[in-house]
Amino acid sequence: MSDRFKGILDAITRVRGVRGAMIVVWQDGLIVSDSLMEGVRGNAVAALTSSVTKYAEKVMLASGMGRLQFLHLQASNGVLLVVATRSEILVVAIAEPSVNVGLVRLELIRAAEAVK
Amino acid sequence: MTRIYAVDPWVEKPLEAFVAEAGARLALLMTPAGQVIAQYGFTRALDVMAAAALGAAIVASTGEISKLLDEPTFSVLNHQGKRHGILLAGFDTPRGRMVCLVVYGLDSTPGLVQLFFEEFSRDVRDACPEPEAPKQVLAADFERELNESLATLFRT
Repeated sequence: MSDRFKGILDAITRVRGVRGAMIVVWQDGLIVSDSLMEGVRGNAVAALTSSVTKYAEKVMLASGMGRLQFLHLQASNGVLLVVATRSEILVVAIAEPSVNVGLVRLELIRAAEAVK
Repeated sequence: MTRIYAVDPWVEKPLEAFVAEAGARLALLMTPAGQVIAQYGFTRALDVMAAAALGAAIVASTGEISKLLDEPTFSVLNHQGKRHGILLAGFDTPRGRMVCLVVYGLDSTPGLVQLFFEEFSRDVRDACPEPEAPKQVLAADFERELNESLATLFRT
C-alpha cells in the first residue's frame, strides 16, 4: 500500500469502532487500497459495495435527487458507510453498530477529497 | 430462455448459480485444451467452438509467458471493453485443470465476477466426482461419446 493511501485510510480506521476502510474503483469493484481487520472479506465487500452503490445512484437519479454522495447501510452487527467521489472512486468504512457515524462520515469526506 | 448445456451434469448447478449471481451473459467451461464441458448463453455451435479455441489459445500463451517469468500459471485474466468485459480464469479439480471464459456486460463488474468465480470454482471442486479409471479407447465409443457431447452442448 502506498504511503499516500495508507495515511488517508489510517485517518478513518483511527475512529473508535471502525473495523476497516477501503478505497475502491466504483466501476470495477476492485480495491485500490485497504486497511482491514482480520476476518473482513475485503474483495467481497468491495465488489458488492460497488454493485449496491450503482443501484443506489440509479435510485437517486430516478428520483431527481442528483448523483449519489453518501450511503449508510445499517445491519444488526455493523454499519457500512460509503462516500462516492466525482472521480469514480468509493471510500468505504466498515464499522461496529455503536460507531459515531457523523465522525466517520467526516473522515470519509476528507479522504475522498484527498483521493481526488 | 437461455439455459445451461453441460456434458457433465454435476457442473450445471454451480454454473447456473454463478451466471445468475455474477450477471454473466455468456460462460464457457472447458479444459485447457479447449474441450467444452459446459456452456451458457451461446446460440450457435460455431461460436462455442471459436470461443473455446481462442480461450484455450490465450491460456496456452499466458502459460508460456508465466514460464518465461518463472511464475506459477496465471490464474485470472480480465479484459474490459466499452460494453463487455471478459474474464478467463482457471482452477484445479480432481479431474484436472478447468478453464472458464466469462463474458459480462455493464450491469456487472470485474470485482463481482471474480468474487462469484471464486465461489463457482469451489463449488465445482466440491461437486466434481473422482476421476474414472482410464479405459481402452475404442473408435466406435469415441465417435459415439463425441456425438453425444456435441448433441448435449448444441442441442442437436
